Amino acid sequence: MIVRFEVNGKPIEAQVEPRTTLADCLRHDLKLTGTHVGCEHGVCGACTVIVDGAAVRSCLMLAVQADGAKVVTVEGLSSDEQLTPLQAAFRKHHALQCGFCTPGILTTIHALLTEEPEADEARIRDVLSGNLCRCTGYIPIVEAALEARASYGHQPSHGDRA
Amino acid sequence: MKPPRFEYARPKTLAEAVGLLVSAEGEAKVIAGGQSLLPILAFRLAAPALLVDLRDVPDLAQIEITTDAIRLGAKVRWRDIEKDERLRSAHPLLVAAIEHVAHYQIRNRGTVGGSVAHADPAAEMPGIAVTCDAQIMVAGQAGTRSIPAADFFLGALTTALEPDEIVVGVQFPAWPSARRWGFEEFARRRGDFAMAAIALYYDEDGAGRATNAHIGVIGACKRPHRLAGAEDALNGRTVDASAIAAVASAAAAEVDPPGDMHASADYRRALVATLIERALQRAAARPGERGRV
Amino acid sequence: MNVNSYVGSPIERIEDLRFLRGQGKYVDDLSREGLLHAAILRSSFAHGRIRSIDTAAALASPGVQAVITASDIGRPVPRIPLRQEPLPDLKRFEQPVIAEAKVRYVGEPIAVVLAESAAAAEDALELIDLDVESLPVVAGRDASGDGNVFLFEEHRTNLATSLTAVRGDADAAFNRAPYVRRERFRMHRHTGVPMETRGILAEWDAARGRLTVSGAAKVAFPNRRILAKQLGLPEDAIELVENDVGGGFGVRGEFYPEDFLIPFAAMQTGRPVKWVEDRREHLIATNHARDVECELEIACTRDGEILALRGQAYADLGAYVRTVGATPARNVAQVMSGPYKIPNIRIAVSLVLTNKTPVGTYRGPGRFEADFFRERLLDMAAHDLGIDRVEFRRRNLVSEAEMPYPLATVAELGIETSCDSGNYELTLDRCLAEIGWSEKSALQGKLIEGRYHGLGIGCYIEGGASGPKENARLVLEADGSVSVFVGSSAVGQGLETVFAQIAADALEMPMDRIAGVFHGSTSHVREGFGSYSSRSVVMGGSAITVAAANLRKAICAAAAKRLSVLPDEVKIVDGKAVAAGGASVFLADLARDGVSAEGSFASNKRTYSYGAHAAHVAVDPKTGHVELVDYVAVEDVGRIINPLTLHGQAIGAIVQGLGGVFLEHLIYDENGQLLTGSLADYLLPTACDYPNIRAVTLELRPSPNNPLGAKGAGEGGIIPVAGVIANAVAAALKPLGVEPRELPLSPPRVWQLIEETRRSNER
Repeated sequence: MIVRFEVNGKPIEAQVEPRTTLADCLRHDLKLTGTHVGCEHGVCGACTVIVDGAAVRSCLMLAVQADGAKVVTVEGLSSDEQLTPLQAAFRKHHALQCGFCTPGILTTIHALLTEEPEADEARIRDVLSGNLCRCTGYIPIVEAALEARASYGHQPSHGDRA
Repeated sequence: MKPPRFEYARPKTLAEAVGLLVSAEGEAKVIAGGQSLLPILAFRLAAPALLVDLRDVPDLAQIEITTDAIRLGAKVRWRDIEKDERLRSAHPLLVAAIEHVAHYQIRNRGTVGGSVAHADPAAEMPGIAVTCDAQIMVAGQAGTRSIPAADFFLGALTTALEPDEIVVGVQFPAWPSARRWGFEEFARRRGDFAMAAIALYYDEDGAGRATNAHIGVIGACKRPHRLAGAEDALNGRTVDASAIAAVASAAAAEVDPPGDMHASADYRRALVATLIERALQRAAARPGERGRV
Repeated sequence: MNVNSYVGSPIERIEDLRFLRGQGKYVDDLSREGLLHAAILRSSFAHGRIRSIDTAAALASPGVQAVITASDIGRPVPRIPLRQEPLPDLKRFEQPVIAEAKVRYVGEPIAVVLAESAAAAEDALELIDLDVESLPVVAGRDASGDGNVFLFEEHRTNLATSLTAVRGDADAAFNRAPYVRRERFRMHRHTGVPMETRGILAEWDAARGRLTVSGAAKVAFPNRRILAKQLGLPEDAIELVENDVGGGFGVRGEFYPEDFLIPFAAMQTGRPVKWVEDRREHLIATNHARDVECELEIACTRDGEILALRGQAYADLGAYVRTVGATPARNVAQVMSGPYKIPNIRIAVSLVLTNKTPVGTYRGPGRFEADFFRERLLDMAAHDLGIDRVEFRRRNLVSEAEMPYPLATVAELGIETSCDSGNYELTLDRCLAEIGWSEKSALQGKLIEGRYHGLGIGCYIEGGASGPKENARLVLEADGSVSVFVGSSAVGQGLETVFAQIAADALEMPMDRIAGVFHGSTSHVREGFGSYSSRSVVMGGSAITVAAANLRKAICAAAAKRLSVLPDEVKIVDGKAVAAGGASVFLADLARDGVSAEGSFASNKRTYSYGAHAAHVAVDPKTGHVELVDYVAVEDVGRIINPLTLHGQAIGAIVQGLGGVFLEHLIYDENGQLLTGSLADYLLPTACDYPNIRAVTLELRPSPNNPLGAKGAGEGGIIPVAGVIANAVAAALKPLGVEPRELPLSPPRVWQLIEETRRSNER
């Protein structure tokens, strides 16, 4: 089947089987290998991308279901010139080690903070509970996300840690 | 863990969807969010010949609140329930339960209809539907029908759906604002399926005693069901410490929990008693105070 | 930033720049023209005799190009040799690269399907007609000794070997001791589970007789040696390439069956072949770990001086002895004493085969287990003797004056090792202060709002810097920058940055003049040794330091030639080589002459990071849930290269340890079937589980064993976790008389323990 959707602002077309997941379509048909596959059964979150503004597990979505949608991957949240504030916060706080879970966490945090720049630590942890990381122990990731809020319009207040 | 091969159809109307199920003669599966179905396909635990995607079928995604009922369309997502401010007062027990479902990314796609059709005994939606005497609205070749939730969930991952039928909605009776309720769940980690959960509510008579008790068990059972013995132990009583103990004890005796690699039946039974106690303690606290873990 | 001060600075990582942009290159990101995808048929029987394999239907399946079984490889199929401790006893039980006559664990490879897509290959697996006569299953250690069922009939035993760690005369000490206590403990099976599963891409250039294999990690050079022998190729005909690696933790990178099968498939088909492990496979095919029982006894004087430790442990190895052989079991025996001075020791470990996935090394192998056994027993003994738990430990810590302090010797392996340097009391005291031990003591065993509170503390050592050696090569590039090539392997620990810091300081050049750090692949250095046992900074870093000194000499020599002066008269300043008289040449210029240098660091003296951890827990007796209210780790690593990455290692390792204590469990049934076959059942820690962890990393006592003064620090964070938590839970539940002796401390198991204790108290 032919699917047509938009990825990182560009229209694409791919020839896929109905059973091809969005994750595999992005990685192998569109060569966007930034999105990683960690479990293929919807637990680890490494494959998270943003579809029509919502963070979703791309291993739990068929490519054909993305027909007509606007998809954003980690590549779409990056620029070659410099790191975005979210990426810089991750680097500053050492919020990644092997980097494998990182794209899924960046897209998740980006989607969350875009919609909820006032998200507090509890909310951030709650949302992050759907992304597994085996290297960092999560603490630096939460710190990075808290710091990144400012660039999404968060108004600093007395109770803020970061 | 690539899914087995299947054909894919994206009907434009409900009638078309039903027609596809009919022609597939039991070899088709309906997909909406796919959050339960895709892992099943990844593990090759099912090999349907055809997937019927409800994506473009209209009128299934509304949350309708009237004086008599709260009706959730089958394609209503967990995220939609979370974001609908009206539901916080229209059905606080539903909202409290749904907070425990899965994770952020899954909540953006997972649907009411999907959860109901999948019928995992440890899932929140089927448990709330049964506890609250909801109706499951279903459409098939013979037309639409409404099945009481208690009759819809037959066993683990087994429902009363015929092969040509699609869940189109879940309808809850209206919720009086003075009603007392509690929801307590115990899971290994945030977002995991419940090892056990208790959903309950009761109204109060003129003397402040419990009436119309509805107590439902999730997870410590093969299918969600109300606990009649526990309800009887509660009805007509003032909800004090001794009443709570009696209800907890009745519930523990009544449930028939499974034992598995994660927990023994005895543990789940004890958990039920603890969760009943905690749910009732919260319910008996001031009205308007949310029953939250 | 001044030169010569990168080491010790919290420099942000270089590798982050590509990881954050989704531009890492992990093996599944690689693609080739004409690529074939491999899928592996794995045994669903735990123990059986293969009667027949019919691949005809699979071969006819759409997209399938070939199916490989043992017959195609030639019998006897190659075996995977031991990389460490190749005792003759253990060699008997090496694994064949594919099942031949028997299958011995669920997950053992039986056939390889090559197809045009991964999905097509997987479709064909279901069409392979396999006839297996099932045999009785040796489901666990108890069954292994039953006498009738052998995994290897020809050897008539399931006991692979025994090892004993000895010092002094334990029996004599026990005979005269005024106090002894014996307990039995059990550490369950769990393992590393990195977020990236394994993967291999193999390419065979028949014309040039060259094999290139991507997906390497940890120990590429030893693996190349093994593969060359198995394939009958010269070593230099094979290149193993390390790209980006999604976590190792010890389980990735050892030589597995697929490390032969996929290159073999590429040679057979003449096309590049890629295999990517799926998560379900990973849980049954990648090394398991831990799974040790131990009966341990302690002998003390009445005022709490430890006289002896004696014990018998059983390590469940699974169905084969893997490349790391007896390492975890050896550590259980040898490191049982930890940082404590124990004059008499005899710890025996039996290495036992069962019909389960084979076991390998996972972060702190054998050390995590030993610490749990020992620290639990220390708390019990302290209580019996009426001595404060902290004082009991303090009294028995090895003192600084006694360093180097030898651990017990493992006779069968002839391995001796000594604690190099340290003041163990300093880290204990710092830990007590950080957690607020005295202030919180009032909470011990108290029931507050329905939960029992307790504190636990433990001291530990981390053996790092395994020898024998590491090599590095530095090359002056055409733009005057320096490329660093090293045999160490990067698995996420930040080597590209840490090594650039070390190189820049040693070269006395700005860090941005380090063009890159190239690690792991066999093309980078002549001989490499790899990353395991917390050795990279010490061994790789020291090799880089040596190579840097050699490069400076080479630069000066090349400049001296150009400028017609003596090498002594040349200084390197600001990208130039400057002679005493003022004449100079740009380094970029000199590079034309091909300036490079190698360096090696060899040592068989391990380093020992050390420290103390403490925990405050609150236990809900009704649900069995344990909340980690506070957790503090204090570690002395000798020399901190990058405090940012070091701290990351500590936190990450602690959380892995907590997962091992509370959540993770590889559960088998009596038929040898793995029940926890997905991440829905094998539970990993999430962001909500352990938010309250603090790590303090110190550099108090450098190691005398290497030029950096560093000590390996990747595993320290995990080692004491189980002992500390179990002791905290025991302290909390003291009013109920509950003594945890087994892990995991999942809510149902804690509840069960409380119930059983209550029932036995009532009797």
